[in-house]
Amino acid sequence: MPPKAPRCNGHVLLSPSQIGLLIEALKRHGYEVIGPTIRDGAILYDQVSSVEDLPKGWTDEQEGGRYKLKRRSDDALFGYTVGPHAWKKFLFPASARLWKAQRTNGHFRILPEEQKSPKLAFLGVRACELHAIGIQDKVFLQGTFADPSYKSRRTDIFVAAVNCAQAGGTCFCDSMGTGPKANSGYDLSLTEVLHDSQHFVLAHVGTKAGAEILGEIPTQPAGEAEIALAEALVEETARHMGRSVETDGLKELLYRNLENVRWEAVADRCLSCANCTMVCPTCFCSTVEDVTDLSGQQAERLRKWDSCFTTDFSYIHGGSLRATPRSKYRQWMMHKLAYWIDQFGTSGCVGCGRCITWCPVGIDLTEEARAIRDTESSVSNLV
Amino acid sequence: MILSLESIIKAHPFFADMPEKHLEFITSCAKNVAFPERFTIFHEGDPANEFYFIREGLVSVELLVPSRGATTVQTVAEGEILGWSWVSPPYRWHFTARTQQRTRALVFDAKCLRTKCEEDHDLGYEVLSRFVSVISARLDATRLQLLDIYGRHN
Amino acid sequence: MAAIIEPEIVERTLIDPMVPELFRIERLKRETEDTFTLDLVPQEESMKISFLPGQFNMLYVFGVGEVPISISGDPYETSRLEHTTRRVGVVTKAMGRLKPGDSIGIRGPYGSHWPVTEEDGRDFVVIAGGIGLAPLRPVLYHLMAQREKYKKVVLLYGARTPEEILYKRQLERWRGKFDLEVQVTVDRGASGWRGNVGVVTPLVARAPFNPSNTVALVCGPEIMMRFAVMELQKRGVPPERTYISMERNMKCALGYCGHCQWGPTFVCKDGPVFRLDRILPIFGKGEI
Repeated sequence: MPPKAPRCNGHVLLSPSQIGLLIEALKRHGYEVIGPTIRDGAILYDQVSSVEDLPKGWTDEQEGGRYKLKRRSDDALFGYTVGPHAWKKFLFPASARLWKAQRTNGHFRILPEEQKSPKLAFLGVRACELHAIGIQDKVFLQGTFADPSYKSRRTDIFVAAVNCAQAGGTCFCDSMGTGPKANSGYDLSLTEVLHDSQHFVLAHVGTKAGAEILGEIPTQPAGEAEIALAEALVEETARHMGRSVETDGLKELLYRNLENVRWEAVADRCLSCANCTMVCPTCFCSTVEDVTDLSGQQAERLRKWDSCFTTDFSYIHGGSLRATPRSKYRQWMMHKLAYWIDQFGTSGCVGCGRCITWCPVGIDLTEEARAIRDTESSVSNLV
Repeated sequence: MILSLESIIKAHPFFADMPEKHLEFITSCAKNVAFPERFTIFHEGDPANEFYFIREGLVSVELLVPSRGATTVQTVAEGEILGWSWVSPPYRWHFTARTQQRTRALVFDAKCLRTKCEEDHDLGYEVLSRFVSVISARLDATRLQLLDIYGRHN
Repeated sequence: MAAIIEPEIVERTLIDPMVPELFRIERLKRETEDTFTLDLVPQEESMKISFLPGQFNMLYVFGVGEVPISISGDPYETSRLEHTTRRVGVVTKAMGRLKPGDSIGIRGPYGSHWPVTEEDGRDFVVIAGGIGLAPLRPVLYHLMAQREKYKKVVLLYGARTPEEILYKRQLERWRGKFDLEVQVTVDRGASGWRGNVGVVTPLVARAPFNPSNTVALVCGPEIMMRFAVMELQKRGVPPERTYISMERNMKCALGYCGHCQWGPTFVCKDGPVFRLDRILPIFGKGEI
């Protein structure tokens, strides 16, 4: 007989291997489980079928323009921070067909694409990533038009969040108020604790769905000591962030400094490679491709990820309105840290640090924000 | 109601805020004039000893382009000032001015005004600073025309 | 005549807002050497056309692509749709090669609109540059249809050459039948042209309207709008009563492809019509 489901506001303990039972329970409920795996020298989100697929005993070392996997001295399952993948690749696929069309003579008809997507369970969603999903929800679901593909993918997902026990070299969720603790938006949250010789996972139920899944695993209720340990761990993480940014008045600061010379300096370094937009969990820009087959009688419309750094992004008859690297970098950073607030009510940045890590020349938007803020205070110092 | 020269001049924004004594002198240099349509007011190269304030009608400013004939580069209409070649040597018109419609204007004796400006630099400043605004506005407009903004640019 | 229709965006029975509605080309009229007007009727005969002046549609040419084009027809006309466009790129060139009877995909109407319901009793000065007259024509239809509600209505229109003046006959008709002052100027005259030569800005400086009671609508290339706005400000027309129409690259027109962003605004939904005071901080700023 399966053990009783824990109360919704309870904490329970799991052993690390029981994460495997969690995966199995999810699969039994029809979910395709996506979690962290090691591939191509990085920790990437992909299908996982058992606990063996998780990056046990691995961590990542991140700096501006640098990402390296490193062996840990323990067997932590979630002992890394974030890799180049964001969960957006599953909710907002990099390439998707929107519809097909068929032509006969001058007439044509459109065949809409059926929105069927697998039920996905995300295992290992960090607090910053939860915020990022919430931010993309605002973009795709809360405007006048909801995106049907995003909606259908988003509706049925199961989220097993993970509270960070270590801060990454480029992390600054603490500054952005997006972590390291996941407070809401999950079905389950997990905190992996490795302390002295102990190694357990503290689980917290967020929703009925979470309770249901957790109820199929034999668990023990957590004691106060374990809960305190987990909380201390996460608090400690908040104090070891690799980066920080002052967000007070940041939007107004940037609006005042649209012509600051700092933009020229960063433009000298920026390659317009678009890595930052590809790895950023909130970037949502897309383009549309209309193609035909060789006969010219069948057409398709595809939607693909796009980046404000591409040459033609702002093209209208005659040329691109943002043609210089300076204008493109400024657009990206202004949008992320300033315009986004006016558009959607929150910052577009969750402090995950990916853009810093994956920029080939290590451009750091926290450094850029600081430099711009410093130019203002140095001017006032002259007075 | 027939308006006096004084009232017409005083009412025009071009002369706004000009001290009374200068206005008086300028009015004394002014005369009413009327042109029929298709009338050449002055030719390119002629001595430039007047300027005009167009009260009614339309005047085209033309250049003679050998292969194209007389080409209108701009038109000057009601309420606008025509002519500033009188301001600097060699005091000759750079363009031809031809009316497109029946046109009424005030013509100002620029030769007389030039002489007086030499004597009275205050008057000179008042007049020239206003002409600088006119020329600057025309330059802006000309530059915009040069950009061919409605044209196709690939 | 009935009061202007107050449409919300027409509800279509589509689940996916990226799927176009099919229309048929009734007529393709050549306006100038590179500009044409499409006269469209919906394939679904019972469909009623409903839009507000200033709004645009996304037009899809089979297999080629989709572009945003302002609606340029009569907003009181519910059975047909008109779009005037220049042949400037791949899609519009392909569009120009279509024939009556061919299908075109339409998504829309999208975007903000010229102020047409709140400004009774005002003078209206409408300033158009080049193809900018097309997105303004619907508001002219409206002003003429409700003429008694407004005081002076002035159209100032700058075109490249006399041959490139759009809707010549219609402008003459309006000028003749209604109390509509029309002043046209061309950048370059031609033999036989007896009208104004020069840009449209000097026309703004001397047009007969009362700045303290005027609503100004401006549409044309951005640089033309900048200079026209300067003239309007010089004459004392307040930014709260000055409207412009912006153009940007668009892929979705729904607010999430990101291409049409202009500072914090999305031109597809916060625009294309903008009230000047709301965008003064970014208007005229380069590469924003």
